[in-house]
Amino acid sequence: MSERILEVTGLTKRFGGFVALDKVSLHLDEGERLGLIGPNGSGKTTMINCISGALINDEGRVQFKGADITGLKAHKRAQLGIARSFQVPKPFGSMTVLENLCIPLEFAARGRTDPGAVEDQAMEILKMIGFEDRARENSAGLTQVDMRKLELARALAAKPALLVSDEAMAGLSASEVDDILEILFKLNATGVAVIMIEHIMRAVMRYSQRIIVLDAGQKIAEGTPDEVIHDPQVERAYLGE
Amino acid sequence: MKLDKFWIACIAILILGFVFTKNADNEFYFFTTYVILQGLVMAVAWNILGGFTGYVNFGAAGFFAVGVYTSVALNKAFGLPLPVILAVAGIIGGLLGLGAGYLTLRLKGVYFAIATLATALVIETIVNNWKYVGGAAGTYVLQPKQSFIFDNYIELLFMLMLVLSVAAVAISRYLSSSRVGKGLAAIRDDEVAAECMGVPTLRLKLISTTAMGVLMSIAGAPFPFFVTFVDPVSAFALLIAVNAIAMPMIGGTAYWYGPVIGALILGVVQETATVTISSELNLLIVGVLLVLFITMAPQGIVGVYHDWRKKRDAK
Amino acid sequence: MFTFDLLINAVAAGLMLGGFYAAVAIGLSITFGQLDIVNIAHPTFVILGSFVAFVINESFGIDPVLIGVVFMPIFYFLGMGLYQIYYVSFEKTGQESLSGLAFFFGLMFILEVLMILAFGVDYRLVSAAYIGETLHIGPLDLPLRMLIPAVAATLMTIAVVLYMSKTFMGKAIMAVSQDRLALQLMGADPIRVKRIALGIAIATAALAGALLIIIQPVEPSVGRLYIGRIFAIVVLGGMGSISGTFFAAILIGVVESFIATFYGPSWAPAVGFGILLLTLAIRPQGLFGRA
Repeated sequence: MSERILEVTGLTKRFGGFVALDKVSLHLDEGERLGLIGPNGSGKTTMINCISGALINDEGRVQFKGADITGLKAHKRAQLGIARSFQVPKPFGSMTVLENLCIPLEFAARGRTDPGAVEDQAMEILKMIGFEDRARENSAGLTQVDMRKLELARALAAKPALLVSDEAMAGLSASEVDDILEILFKLNATGVAVIMIEHIMRAVMRYSQRIIVLDAGQKIAEGTPDEVIHDPQVERAYLGE
Repeated sequence: MKLDKFWIACIAILILGFVFTKNADNEFYFFTTYVILQGLVMAVAWNILGGFTGYVNFGAAGFFAVGVYTSVALNKAFGLPLPVILAVAGIIGGLLGLGAGYLTLRLKGVYFAIATLATALVIETIVNNWKYVGGAAGTYVLQPKQSFIFDNYIELLFMLMLVLSVAAVAISRYLSSSRVGKGLAAIRDDEVAAECMGVPTLRLKLISTTAMGVLMSIAGAPFPFFVTFVDPVSAFALLIAVNAIAMPMIGGTAYWYGPVIGALILGVVQETATVTISSELNLLIVGVLLVLFITMAPQGIVGVYHDWRKKRDAK
Repeated sequence: MFTFDLLINAVAAGLMLGGFYAAVAIGLSITFGQLDIVNIAHPTFVILGSFVAFVINESFGIDPVLIGVVFMPIFYFLGMGLYQIYYVSFEKTGQESLSGLAFFFGLMFILEVLMILAFGVDYRLVSAAYIGETLHIGPLDLPLRMLIPAVAATLMTIAVVLYMSKTFMGKAIMAVSQDRLALQLMGADPIRVKRIALGIAIATAALAGALLIIIQPVEPSVGRLYIGRIFAIVVLGGMGSISGTFFAAILIGVVESFIATFYGPSWAPAVGFGILLLTLAIRPQGLFGRA
């Protein structure tokens, strides 16, 4: 039986008077693929911000590999093995693609990387996702789909045990979506657990082993893709009353 | 072995400087080089935060003046020797820099820049009202009689500023080429992404602002002995703040040697212009050069050179 | 000495001063608040307005307020030209943050030095019949050199508020940074909108400068003192809210007047900067801004 890697209990986050997340709990096993869906403003992004440490939750607990990381800053969590990609790509624009990957290798994965082999390892990651021909290109000039790939490659360079992928495919064409999905499958095959946030249903359904649905800051459904899609509450949340 | 070359160059510059003090009699040379080197230290210090980390400090004159007035106060109160004054000025400047670093937690980009400007002007108002160090009217400072192994005090100050310049450049070079420098560059490009990639952003920003504060304040500490009359107008001169920004911008902010090139070129141009034309026109030259470079060559001289080499290699 | 007379006169002086500050801050409120353009050279344009008023007043004896109003269109075109340079050099290439800031810093410096070259560093002033006069109402002394600028500034603020809320272009300016979709739906070209907005902002500096030189003698570097003050006002006023800017200006004016009356005028400059620092540290969205 695989072990619990992430355990979120009773998470609440408020912005002023607005409750973005209301006592939401979720968990993830090692190597698992979890889909997190819900309409806009349902709290998905807030949830992953609280998991990655970009925001600190008001109530509840976040445990990672059995340790309580609730108040921990984002860079500490990254060092422990939580990586994320951003919905709007945030490359380090003054650096090449390869240099972009060196940052997480030298910071997040510092204790787990041989200082002399940083560039080689960055190159290996690029090869794994078929991106090595772009290694020396400036990251600011990449196309949208390549920026998404860079986001994932860079997250991977943090050598995570858990990757949170925030809408890595929004706005991409069908074949580009397949490219990204393939990368995410490869990544998962190396043993990384993945939380996928996505609006493209086809992709989430294909990728996730289990899906959690958020609506208005609350968890309204959880189950296999098949169970979730036939849940009347989910239909209501998506289609309205 | 690039590292060795750098240190050999540093030592050679220091030896040359020392030989210079033993062979040149005209004090004018020492005055001029002192001013240029002071600008260099300020520019290098500014660039550690502005160029490497991406936070614009408009209050460089404030940091400088903190060193100036620490020096004035300590000299008047206890008559401490210069090395002690420098150390204390460094500590106070470092604390101020640390404060500015914590400010970056709440203030990004433009707001940070304006806050530094505001801080400088608050400090200026305090000094204007602080009678002990001369207030708005200013105060005279006597140069110490003995000048160590030098023939006169200006030679000592020149040598001191040369050592400071070498130290500032060495610190800046270390910060840019080490792991810290990569982290700072990541912060400059995208602070949120940097934090999520494991970069301890706050700690690195604090290192950056503190190094800047220490260097700027130490650069100001010998100033009272250099000019012998200090008032807020000279200590908080706008030219100091403008130069601190213009020199890196003209030289190129992305590399440690950018501000050095900018400071040397702009410094020499300014000193020549002041002597041969007029000091107002000299100010105008700085402003025009700054604006020209920002609009036409935002990467500075170093950037223009890199582009030119790329083009040449492509042929 | 604390007396009732002193108190109400300090309040009155503060109100008048604040009214005038609104005239200086309103342009920045438009550029910084609406366009996200950090024009720290704005006070220097105000000083330019002062010197225009000085030169024409000295040669032809025309009333400074009138000069300010007449020169508003010329400053308007100056502002439009300035936006064009800014747009081509920075906004288009996406380098507005660091380079744009340094650009305006350099511009401020150039303008200041040019004025020093042209007029020297002596304080200059204008002459008008009302400048020495004072209106007495009971214990209240209202010097006309304060009252007239305050009234003119208030009228200008009202005009700008009306323009922003009633006209098509005004609404487009208010939408240009916050609501790109609305702007698109209105069918307005954002570049043109911003060009006009910066034109208006600089135009207000023409009148503000004329008012400044009625209140006090001016030399080229006086503008620097206004940087912290007007940024304090704009941030405190909630970034881009014209009426918020006006009330924040009044607030700063009154506080400064109190400090000057009861602690001495040499501390007054720190008020704006101090308030600015506190605001930035505690409540960056300003007193009147959205939470």
